[in-house]
Amino acid sequence: MNRKSKQTIAFGAFRLLSLAVMGILLWILGFIIYNGAGAMSIEFLTTSPKDNMTEGGIFPAIVGTFYLVVCSMAFAFPLGVMSAIYITEYASNATIVRIIRIMTNNLGGVPSIVFGLFGMSLFVNTFGFGDSILAGSLTLGLLILPLVIRTTEEALKAVPDAYRSGSLALGATKLQTVRRIVMPAAMPNIITGLILSIGRISGETAPILFTAAAYFLPQLPHSIFDQVMALPYHLYVLATSGTDIEASEGAAYGTALVLVGIVLLMNAFAGVIRRYFNNKMKTY
Amino acid sequence: MKSTNNKIISAKHINFFYKEFHALKDINLEISSQSVTAFIGPSGCGKSTFLRLFNRMNDLIHGTRIEGLCLVEGENIYAKGVDTDRLRKKVGMVFQKPNPFPKTIFENVAYGLRVNGMGDKQFISQRVETSLRSAALWEEVKDKLHKSAYALSGGQQQRLCIARALAVEPSILLMDEPASALDPISTARIEELIVRLKQNYTILIVTHNMQQASRISDQTGFFMMGELVEFGSTKQIFTAPEREQTYNYISGHFG
Amino acid sequence: MLAKRCNKLRERIVERIFSVSGAITTIAIVLIVVFLFREGFGLFGSSTIENGYSLFVNAKNDISSLSPTDTKRIFDGEITDWRDVGGKAGEIKVFRFDEIFNLYSEDAFGDNYALLPDKLAEVIDNNPTIIAFLPDKYAPKPSSVVKRLTDRRITAADFVLGTQWLPTATPSPLYGMLPLILGTLLVSLFAVILALPLGLGVAVYLSELSDNRIRRIMKPAVELLAGIPSVVYGFFGLAVLVPLVQRTFALPVGETAFSAGIVLAIMALPTIISVAEDALRSISPAMREASLALGATKWQTIYRVVIPCAKSGLLAAIVLGIGRAVGETMAVLMVSGNAAVMPHSLFESVRTIPATIAAELGEAPSDGTHYQALFMLGCILFIFTSIVSIAAEIITKKHHTSKEL
Repeated sequence: MNRKSKQTIAFGAFRLLSLAVMGILLWILGFIIYNGAGAMSIEFLTTSPKDNMTEGGIFPAIVGTFYLVVCSMAFAFPLGVMSAIYITEYASNATIVRIIRIMTNNLGGVPSIVFGLFGMSLFVNTFGFGDSILAGSLTLGLLILPLVIRTTEEALKAVPDAYRSGSLALGATKLQTVRRIVMPAAMPNIITGLILSIGRISGETAPILFTAAAYFLPQLPHSIFDQVMALPYHLYVLATSGTDIEASEGAAYGTALVLVGIVLLMNAFAGVIRRYFNNKMKTY
Repeated sequence: MKSTNNKIISAKHINFFYKEFHALKDINLEISSQSVTAFIGPSGCGKSTFLRLFNRMNDLIHGTRIEGLCLVEGENIYAKGVDTDRLRKKVGMVFQKPNPFPKTIFENVAYGLRVNGMGDKQFISQRVETSLRSAALWEEVKDKLHKSAYALSGGQQQRLCIARALAVEPSILLMDEPASALDPISTARIEELIVRLKQNYTILIVTHNMQQASRISDQTGFFMMGELVEFGSTKQIFTAPEREQTYNYISGHFG
Repeated sequence: MLAKRCNKLRERIVERIFSVSGAITTIAIVLIVVFLFREGFGLFGSSTIENGYSLFVNAKNDISSLSPTDTKRIFDGEITDWRDVGGKAGEIKVFRFDEIFNLYSEDAFGDNYALLPDKLAEVIDNNPTIIAFLPDKYAPKPSSVVKRLTDRRITAADFVLGTQWLPTATPSPLYGMLPLILGTLLVSLFAVILALPLGLGVAVYLSELSDNRIRRIMKPAVELLAGIPSVVYGFFGLAVLVPLVQRTFALPVGETAFSAGIVLAIMALPTIISVAEDALRSISPAMREASLALGATKWQTIYRVVIPCAKSGLLAAIVLGIGRAVGETMAVLMVSGNAAVMPHSLFESVRTIPATIAAELGEAPSDGTHYQALFMLGCILFIFTSIVSIAAEIITKKHHTSKEL
């Protein structure tokens, strides 16, 4: 076999593998969308589950996930962005930067169930928050922190150093430079990171299993010390431990579709922002 | 159709485009074998692009287009069905920055033979030695052939890259500013080497260093803004250029 | 002048806030380590017998303590003679606390069960080969007729080398994590073996072969694959793969290591693809040009130059892929079947470490050994993933320095 035909075979194989991966993605998406579309309705999105979750909708789970996302981002986003600013703009001590970076890298690799364990031990038991939005959000916030830091760091590093020296040379202080020059330039990428983090957070199950999520609640939460239903946990319950798994299948497909929908929406949204600002940058 | 007049390379009405940009404008020239031809000109004038036409390295860049006739040993290298891999074996190239592979010195030189299907160990090691000798590197590396190529100095690395190109026995050697990343002593050794290699190879060299061009080349072509302004014997170009632009450039009035 | 001082002060304060944020992140991971290990290491040194209970034998019995495994086998009826645990021959008579109520009427125990310990002592005295599992609250005082078996402490060796995970067994729960470790490794390695050719193939395609148009479609697709929540993968696996596997291989159940491996492989793909693609793209074009200029074909260039150059980056992709697979919880919990036994083949149910934590933590009382054992599993996971992160970092760092040379 000569080298030309070897190349043809190899390249054909790579194309095939890539097609296979695209096929897998389309299969999963198609499966969820096709089956979930049947369960979808305004009623499904706006009412509570009824009859042991075989009827009714998933409204409390949507609300619960919304609360969890908002509270965890309210904690993790400012903290993460400020840490990243510190690392890239301020910290002059290389060892400190290295330590923080090693820590965040490490934190990023820790499995989500370990965050669940930690959240249960610290927030639920030690701090006495109990199973609550607060405990769940803090746990989720810690989980997402490394991602926020990493995306913000990359966004800040993408701002050319010439901008910084230009501003400093005009007598602006470091803070002024960061606030007026660096942050505006990095903002689109930071926002993109925020949106992707939201997509990630809304689908996490393991960390809230023992810190926030409830199997079923008759009413919506009143404060951050209440337990909540959440979409991913709801799907888990419907798929594995409902009272009548066959009968709640429709609701399970519907919930899966809502979850996938959130992720699709967030990814598309992030893509749009990225493209919009890239084009804007180019015209300047 | 072998050309009769010993012209190993000829370019006829070459026009070259990067997307909309007209990079080379109606270039015509002929080069005879076993000579050194230098191309000079301000940066961005198209001299490197022109050099890379002859082993079709420009093919790797998206959105390029060529018009005109480009003959190597009388063969149109842009004709349909031309095997670029075989062409590149015949037309070797040395790049601006030394770019040895992260392999041993031996494997770097043997690479071209291996990819071209040579499996005979004895033949390979013989060829490695002769190539390294031709590149004037053998004495310096013969005891560390199986050490990493990255252990060599920049100048040695560049001579290794030349040896690597010689190992596949090309008839033409394209050199794209081969000494621009090197110190003066290494540069001098490369220049010596080029003059010596002329006996067996046809060498085309792009350089921004006019002294270098005048020292080592037989013919010189002066490019500016995509045009071949003047082409002639090196002596004539540097002592009595016909065009004013050429005169201005070599006398340092701009560029 | 004053305004300037105010400005300076503000600068200082803001910088302080930023640095505190950085510190909080660092503290967070320290806290995680402290809490995980504090809870987890409580396990070692705990009694092997269920909290609040003890084992008693007749004083004439020369056995003075029993291993957890022997205890379990005695109470399961697998060991029936004292000879088998190193004592004098004699058929073991297992006695559980509730049986006392079959022997005596309620009145015999007096007010507030004050006489219960005496009655229990009587039973033990009457049966020389008895072993009794009794709550400490009503247990008879050790005497000339009753002997309390000495507590054994759970050791690290019991935990790491034990082959049985029976956290709810009475009187002596068994916390051997070997089946869980093996289950985790089996599923993860199978997943990575499946995902590698796909992931590396796509990475090569994306970085070397595809044009911009295809990249613009494939890159977001891979991101999307990474973004789909793991519980959705689990649901997909449960609804599609599990029945498919069951039918195809004619198995009694479809929830097997095989199904879990497939789901995990899909989930590990994005990690492998993006890390490997980055590694391939970081190889300088000069390398490719040098190879092509020597007459190598594109494929020869890829597999003789580009891939060897990117070797360490590709290795990091594999390592991180394994890390991702090992830590994955929900999807595996849903499709692996969760049988905590030593795995023998891919077509059996298995239990992984993360799935065990997720499945059992809800039922484990927060002061018991079971809870501590689950935290210990968390420590193991944490240590493992830390090693993975550090290994990946070292591998890529070495790669960078070698390129600079």
